[in-house]
Amino acid sequence: MSLLLIVALPFLGALLPGLMNQAGRAACAGVTFTVTLLAFIGLLTNLPAVIAGELVTFRVDWIPSLGINFTLMLDALGFFFALLILGIGMLIIAYARHYLAREDNMGEFFTYLLLFQGAMVGIVMSDNILLLLVFWELTSLSSFLLIGYWKHLPEGRQGARMALTVTGMGGLAMIGGMMILGQIAGSYDLSVILQNRELIQESPLYLPALILILLGCFTKSAQFPFHFWLPHAMAAPTPVSAYLHSATMVKAGIFLMARMWPVLAGTPEWFYIVTTAGLITMVLGASIAFFKHDLKALLAFSTVSHLGLITMLLGTGTAFGAFVAVFHILNHATFKAALFMSAGIVDHETKTRDIRILGGLRHLMPITFVIATLGALSMAGIPLLNGFLSKEMMLKEMEKTYLFGPEWLVPVLVTFGSLMSAAYCFRLIGHTFLGPKRDAASYPAKPHDPGPGLWLPPAILVTLVVGIGVAPFLVQPFVELVTASLLGTAGQVPDYKIAIWHGVNVPLIMSIIAVGGGLIVLALFNPLLRAWNATPRPEAKVIFEGLIEAIVRLAKALTLPLHNGAFSRYGAVMAVTVIVAGYYAWISGTVGAQTRELQPAGMIEVAGWIMLVAATLGMVFLHRNRLLSLVLIGIVGLMVSVGFVFFSAPDLAMTQITVEVVTIILLLLALNFLPNETPVESTVLRRVRDVTIAVAGGLATMAMSYHYMLREAVVSPISEFHLANSYKGGGGTNVVNVILVDFRAFDTYGEIIVLGIAAVLIYALTETLLGGPVRARLLNRTPDKPLAGDMHPTMMVVLTRVLMPVVMVVGFYIFLRGHNEPGGGFIAGLIVSIGLVMQYMASGYSWATARQRYPHHGVIGAGVLIAGLTGIGSWFVGKPFLTTDFTYVRIPPFEKFELATAALFDLGVFLAVVGAVMLSLDGFSRLARRAHIKDSDYAMDINPARSENEALKGGGA
Amino acid sequence: MEFLVASAIGVMTAGGLYMVMRLRTFPVILGVSLLTYAVNVFLFASGRLTTAAPPILSDATVYTDPLPQALVLTAIVISFGMTAVVVMIALGAFLGTDDDHIDDEHAEKAQAERGEDAT
Repeated sequence: MSLLLIVALPFLGALLPGLMNQAGRAACAGVTFTVTLLAFIGLLTNLPAVIAGELVTFRVDWIPSLGINFTLMLDALGFFFALLILGIGMLIIAYARHYLAREDNMGEFFTYLLLFQGAMVGIVMSDNILLLLVFWELTSLSSFLLIGYWKHLPEGRQGARMALTVTGMGGLAMIGGMMILGQIAGSYDLSVILQNRELIQESPLYLPALILILLGCFTKSAQFPFHFWLPHAMAAPTPVSAYLHSATMVKAGIFLMARMWPVLAGTPEWFYIVTTAGLITMVLGASIAFFKHDLKALLAFSTVSHLGLITMLLGTGTAFGAFVAVFHILNHATFKAALFMSAGIVDHETKTRDIRILGGLRHLMPITFVIATLGALSMAGIPLLNGFLSKEMMLKEMEKTYLFGPEWLVPVLVTFGSLMSAAYCFRLIGHTFLGPKRDAASYPAKPHDPGPGLWLPPAILVTLVVGIGVAPFLVQPFVELVTASLLGTAGQVPDYKIAIWHGVNVPLIMSIIAVGGGLIVLALFNPLLRAWNATPRPEAKVIFEGLIEAIVRLAKALTLPLHNGAFSRYGAVMAVTVIVAGYYAWISGTVGAQTRELQPAGMIEVAGWIMLVAATLGMVFLHRNRLLSLVLIGIVGLMVSVGFVFFSAPDLAMTQITVEVVTIILLLLALNFLPNETPVESTVLRRVRDVTIAVAGGLATMAMSYHYMLREAVVSPISEFHLANSYKGGGGTNVVNVILVDFRAFDTYGEIIVLGIAAVLIYALTETLLGGPVRARLLNRTPDKPLAGDMHPTMMVVLTRVLMPVVMVVGFYIFLRGHNEPGGGFIAGLIVSIGLVMQYMASGYSWATARQRYPHHGVIGAGVLIAGLTGIGSWFVGKPFLTTDFTYVRIPPFEKFELATAALFDLGVFLAVVGAVMLSLDGFSRLARRAHIKDSDYAMDINPARSENEALKGGGA
Repeated sequence: MEFLVASAIGVMTAGGLYMVMRLRTFPVILGVSLLTYAVNVFLFASGRLTTAAPPILSDATVYTDPLPQALVLTAIVISFGMTAVVVMIALGAFLGTDDDHIDDEHAEKAQAERGEDAT
């Protein structure tokens, strides 16, 4: 099966559990299981190739210019991890189906689980390290959702947040590390990076890259000092703990260290950082685990300890260390997942996980007892179980490792760690299952063995534990295969036979000390616990929460004074900042010499300038009278359009003046509801401050524009291209229009979509307002000014209706000539909208709406669709999106005329503009409508053909 | 002439900035409109000022810069859409609370004066 399909299956399958939720729990779990099984089978079809030593790959170019490609690869190392992820995944799914309570939303759970599974498979199969990072972050996110799955539990939410914070920060560091690594190697493809060991290790950036990547690995794999999040993540449902926090996700960091081993390992830096962190984690985790009373907390710290052990082995940098690490990953995944599931069974049946309350369960839960005991003994390192084999090999490796201090330090510490490990395993068995036989009623719930749905999955794993323990030669070739792929060209697979008996040697003696010592420590449990409780220890959660709170306080202290909900203050701060920054740029830079002559200004220009300035100042001084200020801003807009005409921009002038009309109508409609006056509220001091800022801003923009206009910004502006190719390439002589519908049509396409979205947003806001309490107020409001007696003045009605066809023809004309003369879709759309709006204003909303044939939304949609389809059309002739074409046709007896696909695009623009303008104004008008007052039924309020009585009845108001 | 255009931009910016710092929604919206004019004219002027040379291809040899015009044209239309949205938001806020203050603190004060619960 294609690698893409294996990775994609869980993601696609994640849609199913949610859909199957209604079909029942069995169906929901069944479909999840099937998806995983399919991916598992797909993985196995690649086994022959992996055994043959081939590299299975899949490649799709994504952003090749940035070196980001969707490349997947499968070698023995990735295969090994994918096997664990999917294999244990199936067992977990079966287990979870019986574990989750009836009130838990199973669809949600399995959706998250499949998302996680897909992300995990993605990590182990990624060839591109940037792609790997994407999957890496996805595991953090999906694990957040899974840890916090029981949303009603505060521990779950806090644990989820802590896990996300720690692993997320690590992920961030790792992104940096990976970028550096990619820069050194010159490629983000793992297959290339792994070939460049010397190049990377000799680079001065090797150490920063190493530290950043290790930060990611250590946080993910809960290495000291980042180990604290893992125990808190145990608030998750047990299937999650078993899957994510023992078998798979916490191994992602280990996986990455193994993946990067050929290029990063073998240097003193790697050895000291990785081995030290691993050693501390191993000893510390084992010691804390011994004193934990919560079964899952005990297992969590034991996981921390074992992850430390694996990290330490990878840190040694020797081929044998890597070999043992691979073997222990396999063993740990089997026995630890089984143990977690057993702990879950105990919790499920007795309703408690507190070891102090439990004890004597072997009589009541014999099956669970056997499973848990075999798992725990394997973890303690008892012969004939797989944990013994890898522990012996670990001791053999560490026995000759020298870190800091005296030569005996590492072997002693490792032996001590194993001793504590054995001790907590014995405690797990002894204090939970052994002990005097007790009455079933003395537990919080009556314990009994669960159905096979719960005990079969861990039993399968324990079978493996025993199988590997008794016949290690069965897995020897597989472990060698994986190790070979881990080592790559950087090392040779050691010639070592995994066997139960290697004769009496140092590791065996260390092992005996550990097991014997473990029993003694357990016997001394009570005095040791008292001493432990009396020792002051830093509590990770308190420190973490304190740290987070301090950061939040700092953020608040920085943000709140600036962001206090006062918009006028933001405006002032923004303006001052821009002015100061601009001033700094001005004084620190150099201004080029003036290259353009000042143009003389005549009397007419000065007159226009005076009108504009007078209107602006008048508006500012008289702004408390809102209607007057609206009139004055209209004058400003008018003068701006006149300016556009004067400075050779006819298209702009037409657009500006039509937009001006609809904007003023819109503001008038709004003013209908708003107060007519703005009261004096700000103090004199404040107004002085505002005037100062405003004048400074005005002077600054003025100075900048003045200097800018007298200099050429670039030697040859890109407009030269547009001018030269407008007719040749675009077939139009109006360069502005050709730019809009041809050269930069993609921009225009985006803009009409934005316009459409704005209009739909207004529609949605109107609907919300009319659906809420505002509606009653609108209906009951009394006008603050006397209404005109004649709602629909005859003169206006007649005039607008006569004008309507004329406006349409003008719009059509402006649209058609747009390509060659001033005009085009935007302007035509605005003109037609104004014609339509006039009908609404003159004849009333009901009258106009009754004659409206297409809904405004539909018109916007049609516009965007036509423009989009025109663009797509160019695909059919093998050209990129929005490539235009044109031709000249002559139909006798007419003149020769042009047909261009750009015109079709412009039609889309036209429709979108009409729809957007109409829909916006429609929203405001609907607020003003009062349902109980009917608009006229007749075409005109006053009609000599009808009697006056009828007219009054129909006229309403 | 450059001076006239530059000073017009300056005056519109100053007026817009002053209005944007007012305390009620309506003047702020007008202020933003005024700033829009200023920005559009500035963008347009970045193509330098040329009279009687529209970018309509003919036998002429000198044309004004068409690119800023195309950019400003869409900017004018978009600014209409944005103004409409902002006006609708302002209207909704006023109709919902009977208060058209733009700052939280002033809105709360006004609410307290009317004897309503500030929360």
